[in-house]
Amino acid sequence: MDISKRIVLHFPPHVTGQPVVYRLVKDFNLNFNILKASVSPGEEGLLIMELGGTQKNYDKGIQYLASVGVKIQSLSQDVVRDEARCTHCGACVAICPSGAFSLEAKTRKVLFDHNKCVICGLCVKACPPRAMRLYF
Amino acid sequence: MPKTIAEINRKISQGKAVVVTAEEVLGIARDRGIKKTAEEIDVVTTGTFSPMCSSGAFLNTGHSKPRIKLGGGKVFLNDVPVYTGLAAVDVFLGATALPDDDPRNRFRPGEFNYGGGHVIEELVAGKDIKLKATAYGTDCYPRKKLETWINIKDINNAILFNIRNAYQNYEVATNLSDKTLYTYMGILKPALGNANYATSGQLSPLLNDPYYKTIGIGTRIFLGGGIGHVAWHGTQHDPGILRGDNGVPKRPGATLALIGDMKQMRPEWLIGTSMLGYGCTLTIGIGIPIPILSEEILQYTLVSDAEIFAPIVEFSEAHPQGSSDILGEVSYAQLKSGHIEIHGKDVPTASLSSYPKAVEIARTLKRWIEQGEFLLTEAAAPIPGVESGMTSRMLKERPLTE
Repeated sequence: MDISKRIVLHFPPHVTGQPVVYRLVKDFNLNFNILKASVSPGEEGLLIMELGGTQKNYDKGIQYLASVGVKIQSLSQDVVRDEARCTHCGACVAICPSGAFSLEAKTRKVLFDHNKCVICGLCVKACPPRAMRLYF
Repeated sequence: MPKTIAEINRKISQGKAVVVTAEEVLGIARDRGIKKTAEEIDVVTTGTFSPMCSSGAFLNTGHSKPRIKLGGGKVFLNDVPVYTGLAAVDVFLGATALPDDDPRNRFRPGEFNYGGGHVIEELVAGKDIKLKATAYGTDCYPRKKLETWINIKDINNAILFNIRNAYQNYEVATNLSDKTLYTYMGILKPALGNANYATSGQLSPLLNDPYYKTIGIGTRIFLGGGIGHVAWHGTQHDPGILRGDNGVPKRPGATLALIGDMKQMRPEWLIGTSMLGYGCTLTIGIGIPIPILSEEILQYTLVSDAEIFAPIVEFSEAHPQGSSDILGEVSYAQLKSGHIEIHGKDVPTASLSSYPKAVEIARTLKRWIEQGEFLLTEAAAPIPGVESGMTSRMLKERPLTE
């Protein structure tokens, strides 16, 4: 069975120099989509990503991460747009730090790219009609 | 050519009127020329969907048994206080009113999740609203307390009234300071992090009739999904401001006071709105038809985003201190490109006004007119123009000395 989960990885300084994501792909056949990364060699690093594969490989991958000293947090929050409430004004577009909102050129409707969302929650309170919801 | 409103109304009644939106007319006139377009097209429809704080609702709840005089007492609708300085059961619910226990900006930025604008939206949506009132009691109105649910379908009157709306152009807001600002123009990131604007540009009603040649007192309009009228010129109406060669104001100019029956309005066009760190307000859909009575009037509706300019105003210092300095001017075409240049820096832009909703309003009004459901009105009186000398001034303060 294939699964896919969003996780937050905290790298201690001694691990940031290692090709950890490469090992996840090569040794455990997992696929990944990096949502946010702040990793500099020699400093504490943060990586938010979606990690997917078979349940067995996923569990092995998580075990591997733990074994090298990476702290794992599941990203159990999610930002969702209430389509009926969104007025497509655009107040969110320049506020989002990860560029998850964009304007469709022809209609000027606001598009929300869930994959680019890093779940920071800034849009939730910045949205005038409160169409963005943060779920736990 | 020229046509009269009566002639256009006859065509509307026969289902023969040619109606296009202020966006569609641009391409038509480009292809067919001014003369032919002015002959063929009867009405151009406009639209805007923006937050406007100067909004509210007059409600008449009907008399209770025994009677109560809400006037001079205290009344809350869903815990939001309403104005009671009126007759026994008339109240005014303002869009920016907040529950007494709302923390406001005690911890900045305040969230302002629920206020008068939200009560208006829920009322229009047909939801029951909790009314709590206390009064001082009189011989003719003995009751001192009233707690009940009310519903828009049961109360006598629910009248939307905007003392100012449909702004003819508006400022672009930005921030030169090193702190994030929470304003009525949205969140302004530090160091020119973004710039927010607030009109629908080429679709905006008064930008298509810059000298108020057809829009006047009494003009029938689309208001909040129902039919309303222009009641008066709005507060801060400022027709004498700087204009371009095309006559279009380059600063916030005219405004309109609008009125309409909330019982026929729809909640998707009256949206309770929260501006982080600023307050609650109401986003309102407005659409105004422009009868194409002459080539001149058509010409005004042909204004496009590239020909409408707005001033860039700095909100950390200039706006709060009441300075009239601006950082420059930009066209709506530039604003809508997503980036403008200020002081040599590339600044991302965002709108507080929904262009897709403005398009939908202009199209809805077009459909109403095409189907013969909406006739045009002759203005009962014009709104003050450039020649009136009317301006919008800052307050002149005088110390309260004995």
